[in-house]
Amino acid sequence: MPDLVLQVRDIVKTFPGVRALDGVHLDVRRGEVHALVGENGAGKSTLMHILGGIQKPDSGTIELEGRLVSFTDAHQAALAGISVVFQELSLAPNLSVAENLLANRQPVGRWNLIDRRRLHQQARDLLAMFDLDLDPDTPVAALSMARRQVIEILKAISHNPKVLILDEPTSSLTGPDTGRLFAVIEGLKARGASFIYISHHLSEIFRVADRVTVLRDGRHVGTCPAAGATEESLVRMMVGREISNMYGRRSHEVGPEYFCVRGASGGRFQDVSFGLRRGEILGLAGLVGAGRTELGRALVGADSLVAGEIALDGRPLHLGSPREAVRAGVGYLTEDRKEQGLFLQMAIRDNCVAPSLGRFASRAGWMNERAIDAFADAARTKFHIVCPGLDQQVRNLSGGNQQKVLLSMWMGIGPKVLIVDEPTRGVDVGARSEIYTLLRDLAATGVGVVLISSDLLEVLGLSDRVLVMRQGRLAGEFAADQATEENVIACAAGVT
Amino acid sequence: MRKKLGIVMTAAGAGVFVALLVLRALGVVRPVSGGFLQEIVLSEALGLPLAMPFTLSALLAGAGVFLAARRAMARVRELMIFLIVLAAFAFMADASEVFLGWTNLSAILLAVSLQAIIAIGMTVLLVSGGFDLSVGATAGLAGAAAALVLTRLCPALPGPAVLGVVLALLVGLATGASVGAANGLIVARVGINPFITTLGMMQIVRGLLLLVTNGKNVSDLPTAFTVIGQGGLVLPGGARIQFPILISLVLVAAGDVLLRRSRFFRQNYYLGGNEKAAILSGIRVDRIKIFNYTLTGLLAAAAGVIMTARLGSASVTAGVGLELQVITAVIIGGASLQGGEGTVLGAFLGSILMAIILSALTLLGINTNAQELIIGATLLLAVLADTLGKKRRGAL
Repeated sequence: MPDLVLQVRDIVKTFPGVRALDGVHLDVRRGEVHALVGENGAGKSTLMHILGGIQKPDSGTIELEGRLVSFTDAHQAALAGISVVFQELSLAPNLSVAENLLANRQPVGRWNLIDRRRLHQQARDLLAMFDLDLDPDTPVAALSMARRQVIEILKAISHNPKVLILDEPTSSLTGPDTGRLFAVIEGLKARGASFIYISHHLSEIFRVADRVTVLRDGRHVGTCPAAGATEESLVRMMVGREISNMYGRRSHEVGPEYFCVRGASGGRFQDVSFGLRRGEILGLAGLVGAGRTELGRALVGADSLVAGEIALDGRPLHLGSPREAVRAGVGYLTEDRKEQGLFLQMAIRDNCVAPSLGRFASRAGWMNERAIDAFADAARTKFHIVCPGLDQQVRNLSGGNQQKVLLSMWMGIGPKVLIVDEPTRGVDVGARSEIYTLLRDLAATGVGVVLISSDLLEVLGLSDRVLVMRQGRLAGEFAADQATEENVIACAAGVT
Repeated sequence: MRKKLGIVMTAAGAGVFVALLVLRALGVVRPVSGGFLQEIVLSEALGLPLAMPFTLSALLAGAGVFLAARRAMARVRELMIFLIVLAAFAFMADASEVFLGWTNLSAILLAVSLQAIIAIGMTVLLVSGGFDLSVGATAGLAGAAAALVLTRLCPALPGPAVLGVVLALLVGLATGASVGAANGLIVARVGINPFITTLGMMQIVRGLLLLVTNGKNVSDLPTAFTVIGQGGLVLPGGARIQFPILISLVLVAAGDVLLRRSRFFRQNYYLGGNEKAAILSGIRVDRIKIFNYTLTGLLAAAAGVIMTARLGSASVTAGVGLELQVITAVIIGGASLQGGEGTVLGAFLGSILMAIILSALTLLGINTNAQELIIGATLLLAVLADTLGKKRRGAL
C-alpha cells in the first residue's frame, strides 16, 4: 500500500448550468509528481480551486495524511499543507522580491519592525535553490514575466507544503528556467514533497510526472503511470477521439512575396528584414524576450518603429497606429488575450466586430444590429465557438473559446496579412487543432500569416518557413523541411 | 407557463395603472385625504374606496415582468430601475394627494432637468472609463460668463437684444467646452488620471468663477435671456411645460439613441471595456476621450446657462455639489466606475428616482434633513443589488 498524502473522493461541484466536477477522485502519493491533464473545461481548475480552499465542493471528501479536511479559504489550505501556484500572478509589483517571497511572514525584530537583514538572507536562500542571481531588493515590477513566475513558485515552495499544486507553471518560462524548475521539483520530491502538476504541454508531463490523471467533462477518465503512457494515448483519453496530425498539411501553392519588411528597428529589435509570401505561414521562433512580440506590435503601429520600412503589394506602408494597420488590412492577434485582446465583460457578438465596427455601420453612422448578429452567428459556426448564446460575456468562456473569438475578430477584418502571437497559449488540444485548421484555411485563401510562438512543435508543424530571432536580431532562416527542433533551438540560443 | 402568467399579470397591472391615471386626470378617481386611499366617485355623496390601487397595480405589473422576463432583467439594466421608479411613483400617487398634480410633477421634472442634461455627458464618460468632477463648477462658470456678457458687454453693443442673448449663449457654451477640452487633453495626452485631473480642474474653475465675478452674484438679466429658463410651452389642457424640461427631454432622447445605436458613441463601450484591446482594434482612443470631456463640459455649460436664466441671476455658488448628484444618478442608473456599461436612459431614470425620493420627503412631511442620508443609502443599495446579482450570475 503506497503512502498516500492526499486522497480525494467523489468530489461533485455544480455551477449554475454546469456540472463542473462529477464524482472525481484523485490519490497523490508521498514524493510523487502527479500530473492532471484534460481539455479546458474538463474541471482541472475547479478541482484545484477546491483543493486550494477557494471553492467548496457540493459533496465528496478530501483526506490529507489520513485526516478529513475541509477548508473555508486559501489561507487554511496553506496552513494545512496545500499550496497552489496560479497562472494569474499574485505578486505586489511595487514591493521587493524579498518582501513578496516572504509576504506576511517577514522576520521581525524589536518592536515588531521588519528585520531587513534577516529578510534578505532568507530570500537569498530561497533564490539560491533556483540558482537565481537576483538582488532580493529588486522591485518585482522590474522583473520579466518569466522571472515573476519563478518568484511565485518559490513563494509557494517556501511554505514547505505537503502538496504543491502548479497550474501551467511553465507557460511564461524560458527553456533554461523550465529546466531549473524541474530540478527544484526533483530535489523537493526527494525530500518527500508531493506535487499536482497541471499542464497542456504533454512533453513536460513525460519529463516530470510519475503518474497522470486525465479528466474529461468533469469526470475522472483514468490514472496511469507516466512511463507507460504515450502522447497519443493521453490525447485520446482527453479528447475521447483520435486527433491525427494536428497541424494539417498545406494543400495550396505559396504565391509571390507581397509584404516586405526592410531594416526594421525598434525598442527591442534591430535591423529585421524579411518578406512574406501570399498564402505562406511564416514561423517566428525564439526565446522569450528575443523581441518577437515587440516586432509584431511595431509592424501594426502599436509600438513605434525607429527605423526601417514596410511595404504591402509594393506600396510603402506608414503605420502610425493600429487603426491605420487595420485599415491597410494588417491584423495583429495579441499574445495576451485577456489584457489586450478581448473585451471580457462584453458580449461575444460585440467582441467579434470590435476591429471592424465601420463595416456594420450605415453611412450616417448608425449601427446595424442585425448585421452584427448575423456576423457573430456565422463566426460561431465557422470557428466552433461553444457558448450558450452570443450575448454571453466573453469572460465566461474557456480559454480555447476565447481564443477563437479573438481569431474571429481579426479574420473579420478581411486581413491581407495576419500576425498571430502565441495563438494557442493556454488552449486545450481540441481547440488547438481547430485553430491550426483555421489558420491553414486562411492561408489557403492567399493571406500571409506570421506565426509568433514559443511552442516549437507548433512552429515546426505549421510553418512553411521558420525565422529565428535572437536578442532582437534575425539569427537564422530555415525552410520547412530543414527546420528541426535541434537546429532551431540551437539557433535561438546562439549555440553553434 | 410561468411566462404566460407573467405576461397576463403585467398586462393587467399596467392596464389598471394606466386606467387609474386617466380616471384621476378626469376626476372620476380622486384621493381620499388623510392617506393611502383613492375613491371612485359614483355620485356626489357616494365613493367606492380603493386601498392603495396605484401601488398594488404597479406591484402586480412588476411581479409579472419578473416572471415573464427574468433573463431580460439581467440584460436590460434599465428595466430594473424603471420598475423601481414605477413603484416609487405609484406609492407616492397613493400616499400623497398632491403628488399626481401637474404642479408637483412638473416641479419634479424641472428639478431633474439640469442634472439630466449633465448626466448625458457623464454617462458617456463613465462608459468609456472616464470621470468628471468639474461639471458643477463648469456649470457655474458658464452661467456667470453668459450673465457677464449680458450685463457688461451687451449694453455697449448695437443691434437688437436677441443678438446679445445669442452671443451670451455662445460665450457660455464655449467656456464649458473649453474647460472640458482642457480636461480631455490632460487625461488623454498627458495621461494624468481623470480623478486627479478633474478634481484640480474643479477648483481652478471655482476659483475663476470667483475671480471673474469678484465674488458677487450677477443679476438684472434681460427677459429675452431669462425666458429660456422661466418660459414654457402651454399645453391644450392648460398645463405648462417649462423650457428646461423640454430641452432636457430632447437632449436625453437624442443622447440615449446616439450612445445606443451610433457607431461613434458605441466605441465608448469598447474603450471602457478594455483600453489596450481598443487601441489594438484600431479605435482612436485619445480622440474619443478628448471628445467625451469636451461634450461633458459643453453639456455642463448648457445646464449652467439654463440655471442662470431660470434664477435670473448667476450665483457664485451655483452648481456646488452638482457633480456628485450627477454621478450618483448615473451610477444608480446602471453605469459603473470600471467603465464599459451604462446608458443615458438609465441615468435619466436614476435622476428621476432621486427626485421622487426627495419630493416624497417633503410631501410626506419627513424631516428634509434626512435627504442626503437617503440618497446615499439609495446609491449604495443600487450598487449592492447590482453587485450581488452579478456575483450570482458568475459575472464577477
